[in-house]
Amino acid sequence: MTIQNDPLLSVENLSVSFDGFKAVDDLSFQLEKGEIRVIIGPNGAGKTTVLDLICGRTKATSGSIQFEGRELTRLKEYDIVRAGVGRKFQTPSVYEDLTVFENLEISYPSGRSVFEALFFRRNKEIIDRIKEISEMIFLDNQLDRKAADLSHGQKQWLEIGMLLIQDPALLMLDEPVAGMTVSERVRTAELLQRIIQSRSVLVIEHDMGFVEKIAHRVTVLHQGRIISDGSMEHVKNDPKVVEVYLGH
Amino acid sequence: MLSGYSFNDLASIFVMQSFAGLILFSVFLLMALGLAIVFGQMGVINMAHGEFMILGAYTTYVCSYIFAQWMPALFGLYFFIAVILSFIVAGAVGMFLEWSLIRFLYKRPLDTLLATWGVSLILQQIFRSTFGAREVGVTLPDWMMGSWNLSETIQIPINGMIVIAITLLITIVIYGLLYKSGWGKQVRAVMQNRTMAGDVGINTERVDRFTFGLGCGVAGVAGAAFTMIGSTSPTAGQQYIVDTFLVVAFGGTESLGGTIASAFSISQARSILEFFLSGSMAQVLVLLTVIGILMLRPQGLFALKVRR
Amino acid sequence: MLSLQNRKDILFLSILAAILLIVLPMGLDAFRLNLIGKYLTYAFVTIGLVACWGDSGILSLGQGIFFGLGGYCMAMFLKLQASTLEATKNQSTPGIPDFMDWNQITALPWFWKPFHSLSFSLIAMMVIPAVLAVVIGAAMFKRRVGGTYFAIITQAIASVLTILIVGQQGYIGGVNGITDLRTLDGWDIRTDHAKYILYYAGVVLLLACLLLLRFVRKSKLGRILRAMRDQEDRVRFSGYNVANFKIFIFALAAAMAGIGGALFTLEVGFMSPTFVGIVPSIEMVIYCAVGGRNSLVGAVYGTLLVNWARTSFSESFPEIWTFAMGGLFIAIVLFLPGGLASLYQNYIDPYVCRILKGNGRQTSHTVDKAI
Repeated sequence: MTIQNDPLLSVENLSVSFDGFKAVDDLSFQLEKGEIRVIIGPNGAGKTTVLDLICGRTKATSGSIQFEGRELTRLKEYDIVRAGVGRKFQTPSVYEDLTVFENLEISYPSGRSVFEALFFRRNKEIIDRIKEISEMIFLDNQLDRKAADLSHGQKQWLEIGMLLIQDPALLMLDEPVAGMTVSERVRTAELLQRIIQSRSVLVIEHDMGFVEKIAHRVTVLHQGRIISDGSMEHVKNDPKVVEVYLGH
Repeated sequence: MLSGYSFNDLASIFVMQSFAGLILFSVFLLMALGLAIVFGQMGVINMAHGEFMILGAYTTYVCSYIFAQWMPALFGLYFFIAVILSFIVAGAVGMFLEWSLIRFLYKRPLDTLLATWGVSLILQQIFRSTFGAREVGVTLPDWMMGSWNLSETIQIPINGMIVIAITLLITIVIYGLLYKSGWGKQVRAVMQNRTMAGDVGINTERVDRFTFGLGCGVAGVAGAAFTMIGSTSPTAGQQYIVDTFLVVAFGGTESLGGTIASAFSISQARSILEFFLSGSMAQVLVLLTVIGILMLRPQGLFALKVRR
Repeated sequence: MLSLQNRKDILFLSILAAILLIVLPMGLDAFRLNLIGKYLTYAFVTIGLVACWGDSGILSLGQGIFFGLGGYCMAMFLKLQASTLEATKNQSTPGIPDFMDWNQITALPWFWKPFHSLSFSLIAMMVIPAVLAVVIGAAMFKRRVGGTYFAIITQAIASVLTILIVGQQGYIGGVNGITDLRTLDGWDIRTDHAKYILYYAGVVLLLACLLLLRFVRKSKLGRILRAMRDQEDRVRFSGYNVANFKIFIFALAAAMAGIGGALFTLEVGFMSPTFVGIVPSIEMVIYCAVGGRNSLVGAVYGTLLVNWARTSFSESFPEIWTFAMGGLFIAIVLFLPGGLASLYQNYIDPYVCRILKGNGRQTSHTVDKAI
């Protein structure tokens, strides 16, 4: 087995239970480099929990998560981020008291220890990178605005930008277009198409039109288990999926 | 520290100190129940909780005074009336406090700490202006003064047994209220999901007000019990907020059982150590142990859902 | 050219420095000035609270612990200076502090011995509070404990420390505290002249601490703290070890509180458990809240104002003062959570900005926090 053939992310027999309730049950899947995978499933299927497990927010009861050959279940959250996993939350999480520029600057991967942060200095490289990202997320003329003053859609973009600036090998997005207007959705799809070129992406989304537009492969989760997996076309016609999800 | 005592001495000391600890246990348990109800329900710590206890203690004092003055014939029964009145007075003041202050602060738990601290200062000054700064104590009716001689060296005071009986009764009533009544279902619904509870037609404001009132009322009953082990003074309640919070945190669960176990172990440890060490050192030792354990194992607390 | 914010900061600091270094010493007699000096030692605690509570959302109700530890470190040094063999020759054990002798202690306890050294004491008054803060912070923040729970645990520790000090009459002076302090390395601290010097030393140290905190708040670390206060998870999942940042700011505030406590001992001439426990700790929080939990200079003014009011009222109307203090807690929280600084921000700041605007350029991409 050579390194090139290894998947970027390999989840094996992953389970987690809360007070006896199995939110994720013996889950296994693999994500290739450069692959865009969308996880769909009805409410309570365990989609967000899967992302939580990968990024370390929730500790697994059993099973393993291998990322570029490293076992993530044993790492601290910040080490998982530093290893190259970026996570966007369902509700936009930006620092409202800070400007767009500062939001991006905090996410820039340098000066992460206490004393580095204390003596951190902006240099041209960082400023250029922030400008570059801000153009990608349509906020280049908003850099000095407080994040609190942005619209809901702009906050979502800002958070995506905050992930991009970390340049993660794996990007996990939890409902990136939820609560957006139609025109914002179109621009977000464009944005995602552009940024996912060079990395692997794991997306949770309900908007089927949006899923069809971006997904290489779709995984359907139901009650913590995978019930179907494959192309959108395949999944759509899978009777099990139709039964639990699309049919309703 | 054990030298100089025979085994029999030690055994009697142990029994009697643990019995003395039982009244402390009653006070702790009632205080903790009140605090846990309010904290669990609303994520709010009422820093004036100790003053509500003292409010109950003063109510008991006033009751004993009135009975002694005007109804000496019924003096033997005053304590039971006092317990009920303590509950009503403290509960009513609590509901007023919720209506006038707490409800504006539900999303700001840290600010609630400060505001209720202000309330505690005001209550203390009201006590001082009304009853004076000196400590007051209640006189017990004769029949409650006696004790029950278990053996030559072991005597169990009757007032203690009454306090414990009342505590157990209240604990059972609260358990019934929270877990068996329709009202309790509403409280727990609000606790788990406020928005949803509001949407399905529960009057969350009213639930909040009654819950807060109930918590304060139970603290008032703790005050009635407190008159048995300490003298009442305007500032006597202040220390209890810390002790009580530690009891609640140490119990660590939403379950009544956790609170009972923790109130029991803390009061017993303190009472038994007090015999061998000075009172303050016993307190320090017990508090430090509890804080130490909480630092290593705060998980217990997280079961008491703090609304974020 | 300096940015508008920097010029404002310079203005605010200059005004504060002018008031403390020139106006007050000229307008007040030695006794009143010493009182102001005493209040200013609390300001070391309240500016730390701005960084901890206002910026980072960590409310400690136990800052009296650190103030007291700093104060006791200084008091122990001064007490040993006052307990020379000559001065204590009538004791049954000469050369140890008088209260030890009264409590039948015949040898200096081991933890007193290093306090013979001035340099050790000076370092200890900052390091001991900071180390304790790191221990408490590491235990709590690493386990994600915060908010109300953290506040009450710190209060519990303050309460334990008070009971401990009160209970240890012989080792640490008990409820009376450590009294009858006279000289600092041979220099008599009780003269009016010494009080002036100590006042100025206190002001200079306070201004230095303000500048240090301003540096911290303006650094990226300061922005991370504010980000953490509002979106802790987002910061964590941006690759930061959140607990370490909280521990740092908590320890920094503790060290400053320690300096304040040590100065307090010098200015007042004694240290007692009254300044350690629950009540002084929470009152310091309200000084900070009155001035403004987000403003360093605001916190200094708040401290001066509340204490000045306390001294003026509590002598003549002690009852009214307790009501007023209680009302202050409630009123600030309900009606003015930003404290006096928010009044300034709303009503005066626009004018100040207009005056200072001139040729200032705002290019920093930052909403700098005012000092």
